[in-house]
Amino acid sequence: MLAHYGYKDGSGDYFIVIDTDKCDGCGECVTACPYGVLEVGEDENDPFREEPVAKVTEDHRKKIKYSCAPCKPTSGKKPLPCVQACSPDAISHSW
Amino acid sequence: MEKEYWRWPESRWTSSDIDWKTGDIISAGVDVGSVSSQAVVLVDGELFCYSNYRTGSDSPESAQKVMDKALEETDLTLEKIHHTVGTGYGRVNVPFANRAITEIACHARGANFMYGPSVRTILDMGGQDCKAIHCDEKGKVTNFLMNDKCAAGTGRGMEVFADLLSIPIEEMGKLSFKVEKEPEPVSSTCVIFAKSEAVGLLRKGWPKEKVLAAYSSAMAHRVVELLERIKVEKDFAVTGGIAKNEGVVKRIESELKIEALEPQHDTQIAGALGAALFAKALVEKERGLR
Ligand code: SF4
Ligand code: SF4
Repeated sequence: MLAHYGYKDGSGDYFIVIDTDKCDGCGECVTACPYGVLEVGEDENDPFREEPVAKVTEDHRKKIKYSCAPCKPTSGKKPLPCVQACSPDAISHSW
Repeated sequence: MEKEYWRWPESRWTSSDIDWKTGDIISAGVDVGSVSSQAVVLVDGELFCYSNYRTGSDSPESAQKVMDKALEETDLTLEKIHHTVGTGYGRVNVPFANRAITEIACHARGANFMYGPSVRTILDMGGQDCKAIHCDEKGKVTNFLMNDKCAAGTGRGMEVFADLLSIPIEEMGKLSFKVEKEPEPVSSTCVIFAKSEAVGLLRKGWPKEKVLAAYSSAMAHRVVELLERIKVEKDFAVTGGIAKNEGVVKRIESELKIEALEPQHDTQIAGALGAALFAKALVEKERGLR
Protein backbone atom coordinates (compact mmCIF):
# COMPACT_ATOMS: atom_id res chain seq x y z
CA MET A 1 0.00 0.00 0.00
CA LEU A 2 1.14 3.54 -0.66
CA ALA A 3 0.55 5.45 2.55
CA HIS A 4 0.54 9.22 2.11
CA TYR A 5 1.25 11.15 5.27
CA GLY A 6 1.01 14.91 5.22
CA TYR A 7 -1.27 17.44 3.63
CA LYS A 8 -1.93 19.81 0.83
CA ASP A 9 -2.31 23.50 1.48
CA GLY A 10 -2.31 26.73 -0.45
CA SER A 11 1.45 26.57 -0.95
CA GLY A 12 1.77 23.01 -2.22
CA ASP A 13 1.67 19.27 -1.58
CA TYR A 14 3.62 17.94 1.36
CA PHE A 15 3.47 14.19 1.60
CA ILE A 16 5.87 11.49 2.76
CA VAL A 17 4.88 8.34 0.94
CA ILE A 18 5.69 4.94 2.44
CA ASP A 19 5.35 1.90 0.23
CA THR A 20 4.30 -0.61 2.89
CA ASP A 21 4.80 -3.54 0.51
CA LYS A 22 8.50 -2.67 0.26
CA CYS A 23 9.00 -1.65 3.90
CA ASP A 24 10.22 -4.47 6.14
CA GLY A 25 10.06 -2.49 9.36
CA CYS A 26 13.85 -2.50 9.85
CA GLY A 27 13.79 0.95 11.47
CA GLU A 28 16.86 2.35 9.70
CA CYS A 29 14.90 5.43 8.67
CA VAL A 30 13.87 6.10 12.26
CA THR A 31 17.51 6.10 13.35
CA ALA A 32 18.55 8.25 10.40
CA CYS A 33 15.93 10.96 10.85
CA PRO A 34 17.34 13.74 13.05
CA TYR A 35 13.91 15.15 13.91
CA GLY A 36 11.87 12.18 15.06
CA VAL A 37 9.47 12.37 12.15
CA LEU A 38 9.32 8.64 11.55
CA GLU A 39 8.44 5.65 13.70
CA VAL A 40 7.98 1.94 13.23
CA GLY A 41 4.96 0.14 14.59
CA GLU A 42 1.77 -1.72 13.87
CA ASP A 43 0.22 -1.04 10.46
CA GLU A 44 -2.88 0.86 11.51
CA ASN A 45 -4.38 0.62 8.07
CA ASP A 46 -3.95 -3.10 7.56
CA PRO A 47 -5.21 -4.97 10.63
CA PHE A 48 -4.01 -8.31 9.29
CA ARG A 49 -0.40 -7.34 8.66
CA GLU A 50 1.89 -9.07 11.16
CA GLU A 51 5.19 -7.24 10.55
CA PRO A 52 5.76 -3.70 11.82
CA VAL A 53 5.85 -0.87 9.32
CA ALA A 54 7.28 2.66 9.09
CA LYS A 55 4.97 5.65 9.40
CA VAL A 56 5.07 9.37 10.10
CA THR A 57 4.33 10.14 13.74
CA GLU A 58 0.93 11.64 14.51
CA ASP A 59 2.65 14.77 15.84
CA HIS A 60 4.41 15.56 12.58
CA ARG A 61 1.65 14.76 10.10
CA LYS A 62 0.16 18.23 10.15
CA LYS A 63 3.44 20.15 10.04
CA ILE A 64 5.60 17.98 7.85
CA LYS A 65 6.62 20.85 5.59
CA TYR A 66 8.33 22.48 8.57
CA SER A 67 9.56 19.29 10.20
CA CYS A 68 11.49 18.28 7.10
CA ALA A 69 12.58 21.78 6.08
CA PRO A 70 16.10 21.50 7.61
CA CYS A 71 16.79 18.45 5.42
CA LYS A 72 15.72 20.29 2.30
CA PRO A 73 18.04 23.19 1.53
CA THR A 74 16.56 25.60 -1.01
CA SER A 75 19.69 25.47 -3.13
CA GLY A 76 21.47 22.28 -4.09
CA LYS A 77 19.74 18.94 -3.61
CA LYS A 78 21.19 16.76 -0.88
CA PRO A 79 19.96 13.21 -0.46
CA LEU A 80 17.46 12.98 2.39
CA PRO A 81 18.71 10.93 5.36
CA CYS A 82 15.50 8.88 5.58
CA VAL A 83 15.45 8.04 1.87
CA GLN A 84 19.14 7.23 1.88
CA ALA A 85 18.84 4.93 4.89
CA CYS A 86 16.10 2.82 3.37
CA SER A 87 17.62 0.03 1.28
CA PRO A 88 14.32 -1.39 -0.02
CA ASP A 89 13.52 2.10 -1.39
CA ALA A 90 10.23 2.36 0.45
CA ILE A 91 10.24 6.10 1.20
CA SER A 92 9.58 9.00 -1.11
CA HIS A 93 8.69 12.64 -0.69
CA SER A 94 6.25 14.61 -2.81
CA TRP A 95 8.15 17.87 -2.59
CA MET B 1 -33.97 25.75 20.55
CA GLU B 2 -31.99 27.45 17.86
CA LYS B 3 -32.37 25.81 14.47
CA GLU B 4 -29.42 23.67 13.45
CA TYR B 5 -29.00 24.08 9.74
CA TRP B 6 -25.80 22.19 9.41
CA ARG B 7 -26.44 18.70 10.72
CA TRP B 8 -27.57 15.72 8.66
CA PRO B 9 -30.74 14.08 10.01
CA GLU B 10 -30.19 11.03 12.17
CA SER B 11 -31.21 7.63 10.91
CA ARG B 12 -31.70 4.04 11.97
CA TRP B 13 -32.63 0.85 10.14
CA THR B 14 -33.34 -2.82 10.87
CA SER B 15 -33.44 -5.65 8.35
CA SER B 16 -36.87 -7.22 8.13
CA ASP B 17 -35.70 -10.67 7.14
CA ILE B 18 -32.77 -11.56 9.38
CA ASP B 19 -33.24 -13.39 12.66
CA TRP B 20 -30.10 -12.82 14.69
CA LYS B 21 -30.82 -15.90 16.83
CA THR B 22 -30.03 -18.17 13.90
CA GLY B 23 -26.72 -16.35 13.30
CA ASP B 24 -23.35 -17.92 13.89
CA ILE B 25 -21.24 -14.76 14.10
CA ILE B 26 -22.72 -11.50 15.32
CA SER B 27 -20.27 -8.65 14.81
CA ALA B 28 -20.46 -4.91 15.28
CA GLY B 29 -18.64 -1.76 14.21
CA VAL B 30 -18.82 1.66 15.81
CA ASP B 31 -17.50 4.75 14.07
CA VAL B 32 -17.12 7.70 16.41
CA GLY B 33 -16.64 10.75 14.19
CA SER B 34 -16.16 14.37 15.09
CA VAL B 35 -19.74 15.33 14.29
CA SER B 36 -21.73 12.11 14.05
CA SER B 37 -21.29 8.49 15.09
CA GLN B 38 -22.58 5.31 13.54
CA ALA B 39 -23.08 1.74 14.71
CA VAL B 40 -23.60 -1.29 12.46
CA VAL B 41 -24.46 -4.85 13.46
CA LEU B 42 -23.94 -7.77 11.09
CA VAL B 43 -25.30 -11.28 11.40
CA ASP B 44 -23.00 -13.66 9.52
CA GLY B 45 -21.81 -10.75 7.42
CA GLU B 46 -25.31 -9.58 6.48
CA LEU B 47 -26.52 -6.12 7.45
CA PHE B 48 -28.85 -6.55 10.43
CA CYS B 49 -29.25 -3.04 11.81
CA TYR B 50 -27.57 0.35 11.96
CA SER B 51 -27.90 3.81 13.38
CA ASN B 52 -26.43 7.21 12.69
CA TYR B 53 -26.49 9.58 15.61
CA ARG B 54 -24.86 12.79 16.72
CA THR B 55 -21.54 12.70 18.58
CA GLY B 56 -21.65 14.42 21.94
CA SER B 57 -18.74 15.97 23.77
CA ASP B 58 -17.89 12.63 25.35
CA SER B 59 -16.68 9.87 22.98
CA PRO B 60 -17.34 6.80 25.18
CA GLU B 61 -20.84 8.01 25.91
CA SER B 62 -21.52 8.75 22.23
CA ALA B 63 -20.33 5.26 21.30
CA GLN B 64 -22.68 3.73 23.86
CA LYS B 65 -25.60 5.87 22.71
CA VAL B 66 -25.24 5.13 19.02
CA MET B 67 -25.00 1.40 19.79
CA ASP B 68 -28.12 1.56 21.96
CA LYS B 69 -29.86 3.35 19.11
CA ALA B 70 -28.90 0.64 16.64
CA LEU B 71 -30.20 -2.11 18.94
CA GLU B 72 -33.26 -0.14 20.02
CA GLU B 73 -35.91 -1.73 17.83
CA THR B 74 -34.41 -5.22 17.98
CA ASP B 75 -34.31 -7.77 20.80
CA LEU B 76 -30.56 -8.16 20.38
CA THR B 77 -28.40 -7.03 23.29
CA LEU B 78 -24.76 -5.93 23.46
CA GLU B 79 -23.69 -9.08 25.37
CA LYS B 80 -24.77 -11.26 22.46
CA ILE B 81 -22.37 -9.56 20.06
CA HIS B 82 -19.23 -11.64 19.62
CA HIS B 83 -16.79 -8.97 18.55
CA THR B 84 -16.85 -5.20 18.16
CA VAL B 85 -14.36 -2.99 16.33
CA GLY B 86 -14.13 0.75 16.96
CA THR B 87 -13.11 3.19 14.24
CA GLY B 88 -13.14 6.91 13.52
CA TYR B 89 -11.44 9.70 15.30
CA GLY B 90 -12.75 8.50 18.68
CA ARG B 91 -11.93 4.85 17.94
CA VAL B 92 -9.85 4.25 21.05
CA ASN B 93 -12.71 5.56 23.17
CA VAL B 94 -15.27 2.86 22.45
CA PRO B 95 -15.54 1.14 25.84
CA PHE B 96 -17.08 -2.11 24.58
CA ALA B 97 -14.86 -2.52 21.51
CA ASN B 98 -12.40 -5.41 21.32
CA ARG B 99 -10.14 -3.55 18.92
CA ALA B 100 -9.61 -0.25 17.12
CA ILE B 101 -8.94 -0.04 13.37
CA THR B 102 -8.40 3.15 11.33
CA GLU B 103 -11.12 4.78 9.27
CA ILE B 104 -8.98 4.33 6.17
CA ALA B 105 -9.08 0.54 6.40
CA CYS B 106 -12.72 0.51 7.51
CA HIS B 107 -14.01 2.81 4.79
CA ALA B 108 -12.37 0.74 2.07
CA ARG B 109 -13.82 -2.45 3.51
CA GLY B 110 -17.24 -0.86 4.04
CA ALA B 111 -17.39 0.62 0.54
CA ASN B 112 -16.42 -2.74 -0.93
CA PHE B 113 -19.47 -4.26 0.76
CA MET B 114 -21.80 -1.36 0.11
CA TYR B 115 -20.95 -0.70 -3.53
CA GLY B 116 -19.50 -4.04 -4.60
CA PRO B 117 -16.02 -5.37 -5.47
CA SER B 118 -15.64 -3.18 -8.56
CA VAL B 119 -14.95 -0.12 -6.39
CA ARG B 120 -11.36 1.08 -6.75
CA THR B 121 -11.48 4.69 -5.63
CA ILE B 122 -13.27 5.92 -2.55
CA LEU B 123 -13.70 9.47 -1.46
CA ASP B 124 -14.80 9.93 2.11
CA MET B 125 -15.68 13.39 3.21
CA GLY B 126 -16.35 13.40 6.90
CA GLY B 127 -17.01 16.12 9.41
CA GLN B 128 -13.42 17.23 9.81
CA ASP B 129 -11.32 15.38 7.29
CA CYS B 130 -11.22 14.24 3.74
CA LYS B 131 -9.84 10.85 2.69
CA ALA B 132 -8.95 9.56 -0.74
CA ILE B 133 -8.55 5.79 -0.81
CA HIS B 134 -7.66 3.32 -3.53
CA CYS B 135 -8.44 -0.35 -2.84
CA ASP B 136 -8.39 -3.75 -4.49
CA GLU B 137 -11.33 -6.06 -5.24
CA LYS B 138 -11.30 -7.33 -1.68
CA GLY B 139 -11.55 -3.87 -0.19
CA LYS B 140 -7.92 -3.90 0.94
CA VAL B 141 -6.28 -0.46 0.89
CA THR B 142 -3.65 -0.03 -1.84
CA ASN B 143 -3.12 3.73 -1.65
CA PHE B 144 -4.44 6.41 0.62
CA LEU B 145 -4.22 10.00 1.58
CA MET B 146 -5.97 11.82 4.36
CA ASN B 147 -6.23 15.55 4.79
CA ASP B 148 -7.30 16.66 8.22
CA LYS B 149 -5.25 19.79 8.42
CA CYS B 150 -7.80 22.12 6.96
CA ALA B 151 -11.59 22.27 6.70
CA ALA B 152 -11.73 22.76 2.92
CA GLY B 153 -13.29 19.66 1.43
CA THR B 154 -14.85 18.54 4.69
CA GLY B 155 -18.30 18.55 6.17
CA ARG B 156 -17.23 21.31 8.52
CA GLY B 157 -16.57 23.56 5.55
CA MET B 158 -20.10 22.96 4.28
CA GLU B 159 -21.61 23.50 7.72
CA VAL B 160 -20.08 26.96 7.90
CA PHE B 161 -21.95 27.81 4.71
CA ALA B 162 -25.21 26.23 5.84
CA ASP B 163 -25.10 28.48 8.87
CA LEU B 164 -23.98 31.57 7.01
CA LEU B 165 -26.76 31.24 4.42
CA SER B 166 -29.34 29.75 6.86
CA ILE B 167 -30.04 26.85 4.53
CA PRO B 168 -30.60 23.35 5.94
CA ILE B 169 -27.76 21.09 4.85
CA GLU B 170 -30.13 18.65 3.11
CA GLU B 171 -31.28 21.39 0.74
CA MET B 172 -27.89 22.83 -0.15
CA GLY B 173 -27.16 20.42 -2.98
CA LYS B 174 -30.36 21.10 -4.89
CA LEU B 175 -30.25 24.82 -4.29
CA SER B 176 -26.72 25.10 -5.60
CA PHE B 177 -28.00 24.10 -9.06
CA LYS B 178 -30.65 26.81 -9.15
CA VAL B 179 -28.38 29.12 -11.06
CA GLU B 180 -28.69 30.04 -14.70
CA LYS B 181 -24.99 29.83 -15.29
CA GLU B 182 -22.33 28.22 -13.09
CA PRO B 183 -20.43 31.11 -11.45
CA GLU B 184 -16.66 31.19 -11.07
CA PRO B 185 -15.64 29.16 -8.02
CA VAL B 186 -14.75 31.24 -4.98
CA SER B 187 -11.01 31.76 -5.15
CA SER B 188 -10.10 30.86 -1.57
CA THR B 189 -9.72 27.22 -0.70
CA CYS B 190 -9.43 28.07 2.97
CA VAL B 191 -12.88 27.98 4.56
CA ILE B 192 -12.29 31.05 6.69
CA PHE B 193 -11.32 33.13 3.66
CA ALA B 194 -14.03 31.56 1.51
CA LYS B 195 -16.57 32.58 4.12
CA SER B 196 -15.51 36.21 4.09
CA GLU B 197 -15.43 36.10 0.30
CA ALA B 198 -19.02 34.79 0.40
CA VAL B 199 -20.11 37.54 2.77
CA GLY B 200 -18.69 40.04 0.27
CA LEU B 201 -20.58 38.42 -2.62
CA LEU B 202 -23.85 38.47 -0.65
CA ARG B 203 -23.33 42.15 0.01
CA LYS B 204 -22.77 42.70 -3.67
CA GLY B 205 -26.26 41.28 -4.15
CA TRP B 206 -25.47 37.72 -5.24
CA PRO B 207 -28.38 35.40 -4.46
CA LYS B 208 -27.70 32.60 -1.96
CA GLU B 209 -27.90 29.95 -4.69
CA LYS B 210 -25.14 31.59 -6.68
CA VAL B 211 -22.87 31.90 -3.65
CA LEU B 212 -23.56 28.28 -2.85
CA ALA B 213 -22.76 27.21 -6.41
CA ALA B 214 -19.48 29.14 -6.34
CA TYR B 215 -18.51 27.53 -3.06
CA SER B 216 -19.60 24.00 -4.01
CA SER B 217 -17.46 24.06 -7.13
CA ALA B 218 -14.46 25.41 -5.22
CA MET B 219 -14.85 22.58 -2.76
CA ALA B 220 -15.23 20.00 -5.53
CA HIS B 221 -12.09 21.27 -7.20
CA ARG B 222 -10.14 21.05 -3.99
CA VAL B 223 -11.19 17.45 -3.46
CA VAL B 224 -10.39 16.47 -7.03
CA GLU B 225 -6.84 17.74 -6.52
CA LEU B 226 -6.47 15.38 -3.58
CA LEU B 227 -7.97 12.47 -5.49
CA GLU B 228 -5.59 13.00 -8.38
CA ARG B 229 -2.64 12.41 -6.10
CA ILE B 230 -3.72 8.81 -5.52
CA LYS B 231 -4.95 8.46 -9.14
CA VAL B 232 -8.64 7.96 -9.75
CA GLU B 233 -9.70 4.67 -11.23
CA LYS B 234 -13.20 3.35 -11.90
CA ASP B 235 -15.41 2.44 -10.11
CA PHE B 236 -15.67 5.49 -7.94
CA ALA B 237 -17.69 5.76 -4.74
CA VAL B 238 -18.33 8.57 -2.31
CA THR B 239 -18.97 7.92 1.38
CA GLY B 240 -19.54 10.08 4.45
CA GLY B 241 -21.86 13.01 4.95
CA ILE B 242 -20.96 14.94 1.80
CA ALA B 243 -22.01 11.98 -0.35
CA LYS B 244 -25.51 13.24 0.41
CA ASN B 245 -24.74 16.67 -1.04
CA GLU B 246 -25.34 16.33 -4.77
CA GLY B 247 -24.18 19.89 -5.29
CA VAL B 248 -20.66 18.82 -4.43
CA VAL B 249 -20.78 15.24 -5.72
CA LYS B 250 -22.09 16.18 -9.20
CA ARG B 251 -19.42 18.85 -9.55
CA ILE B 252 -16.71 16.36 -8.57
CA GLU B 253 -18.09 13.91 -11.12
CA SER B 254 -18.06 16.45 -13.90
CA GLU B 255 -14.53 17.56 -13.10
CA LEU B 256 -13.29 13.95 -12.96
CA LYS B 257 -15.50 12.88 -15.87
CA ILE B 258 -16.39 9.77 -13.85
CA GLU B 259 -19.76 9.10 -12.33
CA ALA B 260 -19.91 7.97 -8.73
CA LEU B 261 -21.78 4.77 -7.97
CA GLU B 262 -25.33 5.05 -6.68
CA PRO B 263 -25.25 4.60 -2.90
CA GLN B 264 -27.42 2.17 -0.97
CA HIS B 265 -28.21 2.76 2.66
CA ASP B 266 -26.93 5.74 4.61
CA THR B 267 -23.53 6.71 3.15
CA GLN B 268 -22.34 7.77 6.59
CA ILE B 269 -22.29 4.16 7.83
CA ALA B 270 -19.47 2.99 5.53
CA GLY B 271 -16.81 3.21 8.26
CA ALA B 272 -18.86 1.41 10.91
CA LEU B 273 -19.84 -1.21 8.34
CA GLY B 274 -16.20 -1.86 7.50
CA ALA B 275 -15.41 -2.10 11.21
CA ALA B 276 -18.16 -4.70 11.66
CA LEU B 277 -16.78 -6.69 8.73
CA PHE B 278 -13.32 -6.65 10.31
CA ALA B 279 -14.90 -7.75 13.58
CA LYS B 280 -16.39 -10.74 11.79
CA ALA B 281 -13.05 -11.59 10.18
CA LEU B 282 -11.34 -11.37 13.57
CA VAL B 283 -13.84 -13.84 15.07
CA GLU B 284 -13.19 -16.19 12.17
CA LYS B 285 -9.46 -15.86 12.75
CA GLU B 286 -9.94 -16.59 16.44
CA ARG B 287 -11.98 -19.68 15.63
CA GLY B 288 -9.32 -20.85 13.21
CA LEU B 289 -11.59 -20.42 10.20
CA ARG B 290 -9.15 -18.26 8.25
S1 SF4 C 1 13.49 14.56 5.32
FE1 SF4 C 1 14.75 14.66 7.17
S2 SF4 C 1 13.32 15.28 8.80
FE2 SF4 C 1 12.08 14.59 7.06
S3 SF4 C 1 11.69 12.43 7.52
FE3 SF4 C 1 13.49 12.50 6.19
S4 SF4 C 1 15.21 12.50 7.61
FE4 SF4 C 1 13.40 13.04 8.81
S1 SF4 D 1 14.23 2.08 6.43
FE1 SF4 D 1 12.75 1.60 4.84
S2 SF4 D 1 12.30 -0.58 5.15
FE2 SF4 D 1 13.28 0.15 7.03
S3 SF4 D 1 11.57 0.75 8.36
FE3 SF4 D 1 12.21 2.60 7.26
S4 SF4 D 1 10.86 2.61 5.46
FE4 SF4 D 1 10.75 0.57 6.28
